[in-house]
Amino acid sequence: MINLLLMNGYGLFVWSAFAFTLINFFGLYVIINRQLIKENKKFKLKFNNLEKIKYIQAYKQSTNQVLVSSNAAQKI
Amino acid sequence: MLNSFFEIFKIISLSKLTRIIVFSLFVIFLTLGLFESLLLSPEDYIQSDAVRIMYVHVPAAWISLGIFSFIAFLSLGIFIFKNKNFVIIAKSFAPSGLVFNLIALVTGSIWGKPTWGTWWAWDPRITSMLVLFLFYVLYIVAWRLFENDKAAKISSLVAITGFVNVPIIKFSVDWWASLHQPSSVKILSETTIHSSMLTPLLLMTAAFALFSVLIFLMKYNVELIKIKNKGLDRL
Repeated sequence: MINLLLMNGYGLFVWSAFAFTLINFFGLYVIINRQLIKENKKFKLKFNNLEKIKYIQAYKQSTNQVLVSSNAAQKI
Repeated sequence: MLNSFFEIFKIISLSKLTRIIVFSLFVIFLTLGLFESLLLSPEDYIQSDAVRIMYVHVPAAWISLGIFSFIAFLSLGIFIFKNKNFVIIAKSFAPSGLVFNLIALVTGSIWGKPTWGTWWAWDPRITSMLVLFLFYVLYIVAWRLFENDKAAKISSLVAITGFVNVPIIKFSVDWWASLHQPSSVKILSETTIHSSMLTPLLLMTAAFALFSVLIFLMKYNVELIKIKNKGLDRL
């Protein structure tokens, strides 16, 4: 275990390179996921407040159907 | 034909299931890749364990180059076909490309200290990677500074111009004296890296590629929902 951490004296370099990569992955994921949740909320709020005729018109579009039915942003 | 393809593509990319599949595959490949690169792969006879930095540095560099080339290719398509779908796809790939480029630069710097004795050198490969980073920044800034059509045109021009730098990065180690070694992993000729090191390298590359697809899907959804929001306003 100690050998794994020390890596023959290169532990600080190796672990910091891997940590930097994973922190960046996490950071990017969080930023984009926040944007997605925000836009999804805005869309659903607008969609549900549409007048009935406009709602039916908007619901005819296949992409709108997917967006209204999905809640993916919060789940992944 | 092209429009119906993009309509199907939109449905698939908006689906929660697509993201779940990509995310699951990413986790599987990343776990295997980390296990292989940190525990199973051998140390180098000269660099010792410092060689393990290669398993994050090289895939990050490959993916950032690949993404920029793809953005440039799509940007050319924007001018030829005048198709807005190309614009959204290109724009959605940029954030992950930028982050991979940053990872390649920083992990390269961390690797440079124990192997070359310096954090930074104005080596042709490193310098051209820094230039690519600046092109990524310019591309993203163009989207922030300008509005819709103008932003699409300017960012596309940035991507096409920046593409000139891609072969320079690739061949910099052959054209000039460089601290970097010539490529060991080749598509057209024999790979000179041992399979015990190639396996973790490929696993990590697959994991990084899947992560960029996941981020692309999420960003693509953000852009599509923004467009749909504007569409609802116009009803």
